[in-house]
Amino acid sequence: MSYLSVQNISKSYPGVQALSDISFSVEKGAVHGLMGENGAGKSTLIRVLSGDQSADSGTISIDGIEQNYGSVRDAFDAGVIVIHQELQLVPELTVAENLWLGRFPGRGGVLDGRQLVETVRSRLQEIGVDVDPNAKVTSLSIGARQMVEIAKAVMMEARVIALDEPTSSLSSRESEILFKLIARLKAKGTVILYVSHRLEEIFHLCDSLTVLRDGRLAAHHPDIANVTRDQIIAEMVGREIGNIWGWRERSFGPVRLEVSGICGEKLPGPAEFSVRQGEILGFFGLIGAGRSELMRLVYGADTRRGGTVSIDGIEVPADNPRGAINAGLVLCPEDRKHDGIIQGRSIEENIAISSRRHMSPFGILQPGKEAALADRFIARLKVRTPSRKQDIVNLSGGNQQKVILGRWLSEQGVKVLIVDEPTRGIDVGAKSEIYDILYELAEGGMAIVVVSSELPEVMGISDRIFVMCEGRMTGEFARETFEERNILTLALPDRNAAHTV
Amino acid sequence: MNSLKKILLGDQGLVVIFAVAFAIVSLTVPNFLTERNILGLLQSVVTIGIVACTMMFCLASRDFDLSVGSTVAFTGMIAVIASNMTGSIVLGLIIALLSGTLVGAVNGFVIACFRINALITTLATMQIVRGLALIVSDGRAVGINDPGFYQLALSRFLGIPTPIWVMGALFIVFGFLLNRTVFGKNTLAIGGNPEAARLAGVNVVSMRIWIFALQGLICAVAGIMLASRITSGQPNAATGLELSVISACVLGGVSLAGGRAAMTGVIVGVMIMGIAENVMNLLNIQAFYQYVVRGLILLIAVLLDNLRSSASR
Repeated sequence: MSYLSVQNISKSYPGVQALSDISFSVEKGAVHGLMGENGAGKSTLIRVLSGDQSADSGTISIDGIEQNYGSVRDAFDAGVIVIHQELQLVPELTVAENLWLGRFPGRGGVLDGRQLVETVRSRLQEIGVDVDPNAKVTSLSIGARQMVEIAKAVMMEARVIALDEPTSSLSSRESEILFKLIARLKAKGTVILYVSHRLEEIFHLCDSLTVLRDGRLAAHHPDIANVTRDQIIAEMVGREIGNIWGWRERSFGPVRLEVSGICGEKLPGPAEFSVRQGEILGFFGLIGAGRSELMRLVYGADTRRGGTVSIDGIEVPADNPRGAINAGLVLCPEDRKHDGIIQGRSIEENIAISSRRHMSPFGILQPGKEAALADRFIARLKVRTPSRKQDIVNLSGGNQQKVILGRWLSEQGVKVLIVDEPTRGIDVGAKSEIYDILYELAEGGMAIVVVSSELPEVMGISDRIFVMCEGRMTGEFARETFEERNILTLALPDRNAAHTV
Repeated sequence: MNSLKKILLGDQGLVVIFAVAFAIVSLTVPNFLTERNILGLLQSVVTIGIVACTMMFCLASRDFDLSVGSTVAFTGMIAVIASNMTGSIVLGLIIALLSGTLVGAVNGFVIACFRINALITTLATMQIVRGLALIVSDGRAVGINDPGFYQLALSRFLGIPTPIWVMGALFIVFGFLLNRTVFGKNTLAIGGNPEAARLAGVNVVSMRIWIFALQGLICAVAGIMLASRITSGQPNAATGLELSVISACVLGGVSLAGGRAAMTGVIVGVMIMGIAENVMNLLNIQAFYQYVVRGLILLIAVLLDNLRSSASR
């Protein structure tokens, strides 16, 4: 008898059949993986489970009892809690206050401060989360905040907890702590639904697995031990992908980008590196290693304290992105939502925002040219959208990333492309498409810098790797010498910790 | 029912509502659809209409300007005083336009370079500039020496008063600027996501200064027209204008969160404000009730806008 049972769930939005006839079941105390490309229907399924959206047909049962919920509140009461990628905590309140939010203990509106803190402290201890209940949420790291969210779910007596891409913004150490917490919840009999793009994690954590594709059930594996990695990828994309990296040998030209002695407020140690024409240079480091900070300094997005950046021997102005763009240096930022996309504007405008100055005499737009440009890059980058007029927020992460790449490919005279976390939150199919674009650009003579916290990715696509740790560059590897363990060792702040990985 | 909902909540929903309201008013309110009344109506919205052009840019870039009413009064005053002193209307107008631009540029500079909240900055300049208008005039109305100045507001072209032509021309110019120029698109991009726009190479600081400077310039145009119409510089002119202008913009679908604006919407917003007032005057509704009605119209517009954005999601 399965504990959580989802039967024949269908859900359509105007013009889209988001889910059709999805059924799967999970045993009590099991971790169930949920995989699929972006747009496969994972988010919709999670929304239906969380009561945020109601299904058109189908049923959800927990412990043999059919659930009939019409709101998130109903789902809470039924014990189903979703932990979203964007965490839902109030930053200015303390951990304890957040955990009690909505049902503060006390009498007649007077808070029982002691109960507030002490209950939380014992609960946190019980599940092994080491966070001070009196700490303000703003003072916590992303990882710690996530633990607090999970603790909140536990406090609400959750029977089913769904985690949506929980490790996407965690360092590997924080992820380890999360995995231990999941193991503890599992022992308590909680059902965990685990949504992730990372196959390693799925194999490490999950007991069973459901794969979705185009809103349909591609596969349901009651026992993950019987499945292979390649099989899952094939089920996700509907075709075999041999080697998603697809790296191929290239010849390099002279040095294109030369960075020397650069430092800034968030990057005290001076950093130096250079990239040759046609070369893809990988930057690996854990979150907080200073990779993004370094790239922002190179691009002129933050103010430099010192150092120089030059392209083909010509120095790039230090203080603004516009100067860098004119010199042929562009950056696809790490945080797409905050720094990349222009919300509320169309794909066309998001692509043309920088390059339109070349085709607008006296600042007057040429709508025909912009439309043609947008269509060209939508086709070339295989952006999946009904129209170039579509608001960019309606696209999936991978397609948004392609639009931002399109923004820079449509610029004239780009010599150096820096991409920060190019495939974060992006599914396998779109990933290999993005890698192909990068190879093509490198073959055209561009110097490319790829920043990533996914080691397999950096190793898979780079010609050379720099490792960063705590704001300093700690090592350099040529492709022949790539070795996971060595690279990781240099990325970890605490050298002894390398042995545990 | 569903198709009605679609029309009302669609892109052109406001225009449809406006057209229907206009038709109803024309048929039911006596003396509404006469040339004299319509021209009077248009004259009455000239100040709001002109200033709304640039307020739209301010709001679209996620900023805010409360100092427009004071700037209109101040620049009108400067136009009158400078014309009287120099004996040249042209020189007087140039000085007024320059001083308006200066006020706006100062606003923009403080907001963009020191990253001070636009609401607070313009709340301060609103009072400073109003104070300046009172200081230069010693708190009294200043009469115009050269009757040629009156002609700015009194003259007609093809039977239509000049101020209406000016407003119409500015609608076209700023509509073009918003939709068909890099400046307009960059304004909307800044409103959509300022940091992303900066990283995409938009010079956000100079854009903001330009937007505010333009706002000051256009306030001066409105100030000059107003001074000519009331035949004097009035230090207390245009009080509360900022709220009427912002209301008109919001009525016209300009998002206070930035990134969304349309000239046609703003024109409709301005007209709705004007018609409401005009009709209430024609129906002899006491002025006190007019405040209530204006507030209600604004609330309804915002609710409609809310429905629209949740329907499109």
